[in-house]
Amino acid sequence: MSTPTLAAPEQRAMDLLRFATAGSVDDGKSTLIGRLLYDTKSLFTDQLAAVEAVSAARGDEYTNLALLTDGLRAEREQGITIDVAYRYFATPRRKFIIADTPGHIQYTRNMVTGASTADLALILVDARKGLVEQSRRHAFLCSLLRVPHLVLCVNKMDLVDWSQEVFERIADEFTAFAAKLEAPDLTVVPISALKGDNIATRSENMPWYEGPSLLHHLEHVHIASDRNLVDVRFPVQYVIRPQSTTVTDYRGYAGQVASGVLKPGDEVMVLPSGLTSRIAAIDTADGPVAEAFPPMSVTVRLEDEIDISRGDLICRPNNAPAVAQDIEAMICWMDESRPLRVGGKYALKHTTRSVRTVVRDLHYRLDVNSLHRDEEAVELKLNEIGRLRLRTTAPLLADEYRRNRTTGGFILIDESSNRTVAAGMIVEAS
Amino acid sequence: MPPAYRVSHLAALEAESIFVMREVVAELERPVLLFSGGKDSIVMLRLAEKAFAPARIPFPVMHVDTGHNFPEVLQYRDRRVAELGLQLVVASVPEALESGLVVESGDGTRNRIQTPVLLDAVEKYRFDALFGGARRDEEKARAKERVFSFRDEFGQWDPKNQRPELWGLYNGRHHAGESIRVFPLSNWTELDVWHYIAQEGLDLPSIYYAHERQVISRDGMLYAVNQFIQPRGTEQPFTAKVRYRTVGDASCTAAVESSADTVEKVIDEVAATRITERGATRGDDRVSEAAMEDRKREGYF
Ligand SMILES: Nc1nc2c(ncn2[C@@H]2O[C@H](COP(=O)(O)OP(=O)(O)O)[C@@H](O)[C@H]2O)c(=O)[nH]1
Ligand SMILES: [Mg+2]
Repeated sequence: MSTPTLAAPEQRAMDLLRFATAGSVDDGKSTLIGRLLYDTKSLFTDQLAAVEAVSAARGDEYTNLALLTDGLRAEREQGITIDVAYRYFATPRRKFIIADTPGHIQYTRNMVTGASTADLALILVDARKGLVEQSRRHAFLCSLLRVPHLVLCVNKMDLVDWSQEVFERIADEFTAFAAKLEAPDLTVVPISALKGDNIATRSENMPWYEGPSLLHHLEHVHIASDRNLVDVRFPVQYVIRPQSTTVTDYRGYAGQVASGVLKPGDEVMVLPSGLTSRIAAIDTADGPVAEAFPPMSVTVRLEDEIDISRGDLICRPNNAPAVAQDIEAMICWMDESRPLRVGGKYALKHTTRSVRTVVRDLHYRLDVNSLHRDEEAVELKLNEIGRLRLRTTAPLLADEYRRNRTTGGFILIDESSNRTVAAGMIVEAS
Repeated sequence: MPPAYRVSHLAALEAESIFVMREVVAELERPVLLFSGGKDSIVMLRLAEKAFAPARIPFPVMHVDTGHNFPEVLQYRDRRVAELGLQLVVASVPEALESGLVVESGDGTRNRIQTPVLLDAVEKYRFDALFGGARRDEEKARAKERVFSFRDEFGQWDPKNQRPELWGLYNGRHHAGESIRVFPLSNWTELDVWHYIAQEGLDLPSIYYAHERQVISRDGMLYAVNQFIQPRGTEQPFTAKVRYRTVGDASCTAAVESSADTVEKVIDEVAATRITERGATRGDDRVSEAAMEDRKREGYF
């Protein structure tokens, strides 16, 4: 990759791909990320020099690329990754944001966090060990969070003599498992993160593999149609009303388009009131636009004066989300100090709307390794996942999470500690 | 799908940053934007302008003035604040030295003593949300920072106890005296910032572009000879063509050799460079492997 290409003005028009990485300890996640950064020339000499110095001081036999991502002191001391770290690299085709999440079961919440915004997830397995309990859990979490694209990287192929048979056995087993999870799009790549095989270029050691290198796949995987352009959902974030002598009578509803395409002249409905109007204009600081679609941040003006505030939602009259106070949801509990219990009351944030909620029922706790449902469960502890029913103090303007990641996701907040204690995915709202 | 529905990465980053700024204004009581006159804070101010247009930016800006300034940067700050009709709060390190709130550190740099001055101003004005221009690509400890980063009543960061951040659902709740640091540029890289400066036609303090200057070479870095940095021992001042990649405390921010005197040339240079911007220009980050993490825990930006 020649540098002038990344500098060219067209580079302002690359797409953005966000991906999360998952794997068990020592499967080679940090090495893979280091390799991707290295092969795309995204590593800087001073970063490399710092890593080499630390590696040498610790007595590592080789430059430990994992040190590039393990940023906090405690992590370096313990040689593990304890939080989500974000990394950036670009090729002339795309800019990438990596959410590097640790693999241990005690870090499920971090993986859920990284997956919540990911277009794609990379799951690593060690070719010598094959699928392990954790690989299945990672795949399950990606499907729970509805990450649209999944890539299984069978790593350390150098240690199994680049064996096609080993690769295919793992690929087949994973494909069968993923089919049960309705994983939308799965790709399997045999790699050696350490040696660079099938990372930026096709491996010469595995001529039997006919697919693309990992980087080629990341650059070309089709993500544009992952966006929902059908259901118009515009959560009102902030009302812009200039107190100014030059701009008078301006009233605009600012927000980020969650899904669908909005156009001036469209008939719209405002929830929860149900009042209707038409879009008069869609403004941005660079001037009005003819269309707004995700993820644009715009300001919508309506033809009629209706009372709209933060937390309301603009949609089309014939395609509206549920206006609901009874919510069925999957929950990942993220708080270590107190478990979730039936009867617990929390603050709930859903799009730009904040309400209070009470847990009415816990239907089951899911064993994320076996997918067994424990219906006797009475609480959810840190990193546990369950299905429950909530009642909210005011309606949510909600879609099923499987249909809309923005209007289907919510968080719970503990009202005394103010901590974010759970991630929720709406299954049904009424 | 019609190509019209494409969104470039720069447009996506801009949309995300605008969303973050609007969330803060909608949910927190007294936000303030840290404005140093550096390129990241200039981009952040531009995003604030865009987020609330046609209304004015609905919060003041604050400059933590170390007293070690580049005059070009101060002029720029004052001009920009006047153009946008903003209120400027100056948290002054020289005044804090005078009042005894802080004492000069042994090496004369003021990076560390800025923190109590910043926290003092936050308390005095009761700011509960502080926009900072830090980016996750700058440094390893920053790579783990949240977009909404909670600080306790001492302004401290606890990296092991951060709030999970899911989807675009930011949690800005806090008790009185606590605050949230907000980083709208979290997902931007140095190159993104420069592409955006070019796209928006943003004007920058002149020291970001190549110019001739008297410098000395110290610890492998080029420092401008000025009232804060004087040659020591065998150091010989010489004239070099340089520019600044970051603008911090004038007593410890180094310049890089460069002939990039336009934004396009700077972009070429940034795309080709092989050294991180802090590694190239900040004497303060070289001290130890965990220098930044330690300063951030104490409340540094
Ligand atoms: N032989 C071989 N070793 C690898 C490969 N990838 C990673 N490793 C080694 O596996 C160990 C764990 O790797 P690391 O990246 O720290 O794993 P993580 O815990 O998933 O981040 C290190 O000793 C790596 O050098 C590979 O493709 N081949
Ligand atoms: Mg690791």
